Amino acid sequence: MQAAKKVGKQTIKFTQPPCIISTHTVVGPKEGRGPLGKFFDYTIPDNLWGEQSFEKCEQKMLQEALEQALQKANLSPQQVDYLLAGDLLNQIICANYTARNLGIPFLGLYGACSTMAEALILGAMLIDGGYANYVLGGASSHYDTAERQYRYPTEQGVQRPPTAQWTVTGAGGFLLAHPSLAPAGPGLKVTFATLGRVIDMAIADVNNMGAAMAPAAVDTIIQHFKDTGRSPVDYQLIITGDLGSLGKTLCLNMLEKAGYDVEKIYTDCGVLIYDPSQDTHCGGSGCGCSAVVMAAYVFRRMQEGAYRRVLFAGTGALMSPTSVWQGETIPGIAHAVAIEFF
Amino acid sequence: MIFLKAFLVGGAICLLAQLLMDLTSYRITPAHILVGFVSGGAVLSALGLYQPLVKFAGAGATVPLPGFGHLLAQGAIKGAAQKGLLGALGGGLEAAAAGVMAAVVFGYLVAVLFTPRGD
Amino acid sequence: MPKVTLQQSQSEAEKWAYKKLVSRFQPRPPVVRNAFWAFVVGGLICVLGQVFINLYRQAGLAETEAATGASITLVFLSALLTGIGVYDQIGRFAGAGSVVPITGFANSIVAPALEFKQEGLIFGVAARLFTFAGPVLVYGFVTSWLIGLAYYLLKF
Repeated sequence: MQAAKKVGKQTIKFTQPPCIISTHTVVGPKEGRGPLGKFFDYTIPDNLWGEQSFEKCEQKMLQEALEQALQKANLSPQQVDYLLAGDLLNQIICANYTARNLGIPFLGLYGACSTMAEALILGAMLIDGGYANYVLGGASSHYDTAERQYRYPTEQGVQRPPTAQWTVTGAGGFLLAHPSLAPAGPGLKVTFATLGRVIDMAIADVNNMGAAMAPAAVDTIIQHFKDTGRSPVDYQLIITGDLGSLGKTLCLNMLEKAGYDVEKIYTDCGVLIYDPSQDTHCGGSGCGCSAVVMAAYVFRRMQEGAYRRVLFAGTGALMSPTSVWQGETIPGIAHAVAIEFF
Repeated sequence: MIFLKAFLVGGAICLLAQLLMDLTSYRITPAHILVGFVSGGAVLSALGLYQPLVKFAGAGATVPLPGFGHLLAQGAIKGAAQKGLLGALGGGLEAAAAGVMAAVVFGYLVAVLFTPRGD
Repeated sequence: MPKVTLQQSQSEAEKWAYKKLVSRFQPRPPVVRNAFWAFVVGGLICVLGQVFINLYRQAGLAETEAATGASITLVFLSALLTGIGVYDQIGRFAGAGSVVPITGFANSIVAPALEFKQEGLIFGVAARLFTFAGPVLVYGFVTSWLIGLAYYLLKF
């Protein structure tokens, strides 16, 4: 028997689409100087933002993003049912300490860079399932905390290969509400979610994350079309999380081979967030990448009427430094969320 | 003249390392290069091939990491010649002691006194 | 009861085809430019080393002592440049040119120690000092011991 709210193999159809009623983004200085700089709510002055360590800075950014998202919706933490958040650090410490400070019942998420999409989907499920009125979600990453965990200390004089991506320093928070509690008038609604399988195409280079994740994005996007009966013409924008320029090219190539013409409407958050002159090589990556680009830029453009329907496929690479040292390949995952403005 | 030779030989050693990183598998990281060049320098030195290079290029051969391997190997050989087995064990580090101490002590002081700037 | 079959859906053939697709689009490192800068920066660091050797020779040091003194001076300078956040900027374009000279060794000692100093003076600074230097010293020491041993045995 097919579950009531499921369509096809991997897709959920929300019967009362939950609304994204507010968002807030905090980014690092490099992101603030990038092409989307003017869309972000706040740019921190330097990579420490007055804190003792980069980790504390990232935690403060996530907390600020979530607190301000609440503030914009005029809600107190006590009125929120659940907090869903995650980041890239071991044991997701930024999310944990933020949850400690906010006091909202908390589910910690780890989906690597797909965490934002995972939070959106689970939040929407909790609300549409009748388990919550309000869900606060967020994700963060920080260049200086991630690089040394996954690659080299930032002060080490090593050359970044041309396939490398730059971990975004940024945190995005959003507040989901039951449609009956959302402000009147049109709003951002989560209508479909396609949960991804873990796909491993045997890429093992930690400096080539885009190539490791692209097959997962393709798998999920195609499954979304199959399950919903929709096709690329139903969307004005299809956007992946952090494939970067190489991953974007690969994703496009594979989608076209599978018969989906998406060239005009497809882009990637990691490609949008930096200018080529910022020397990031293949673009941005990290939990914060899709979190801030979606929350600050795509949602804003939707509210302005540029896109009515957007398919967001948050992508994540599920390796750890230990697995890489042990010679394992990099598994990728992608979760797709359909967001519509009506 | 010695400056030109130092530039050419030192530069060539670095060029070789760069080509090894760029033209081979991504699995060859800077850490592999460091380890490989020190050990390689020691082996070349033991075969008597490195000392002529030091004579020819001065700092061009002693400053790159194979020079560090050379120092270790020559120390071990000298130790073995003078003090037998015990010298073979201690000679390498003895010869390189000042350099290793400098790296550890200066490294420690800088790490304690400065704050990482990130980016 | 239905048997659980593992769904490793990506076949070896698919993986191989994907690898070919990736290598078709993958940007290559600018080999010539990288090689040029590695040569120039590496060469210049050695020239600087030679300047110190000559200075110490003039001050009356013997040849080996002068070379050691020059290396120590470079180690100090490199540690300092890492501390003020300059060495990684050089490394970004110089590549192996700033990794292979002794200065790169010093940089690989300071960088992790500096970055993890928030974890304390024991596990942060002191333990991390050897993240990259450790392997270099270990292999250097073991190789030199083997060489000394071989020399000792061959003498008889």
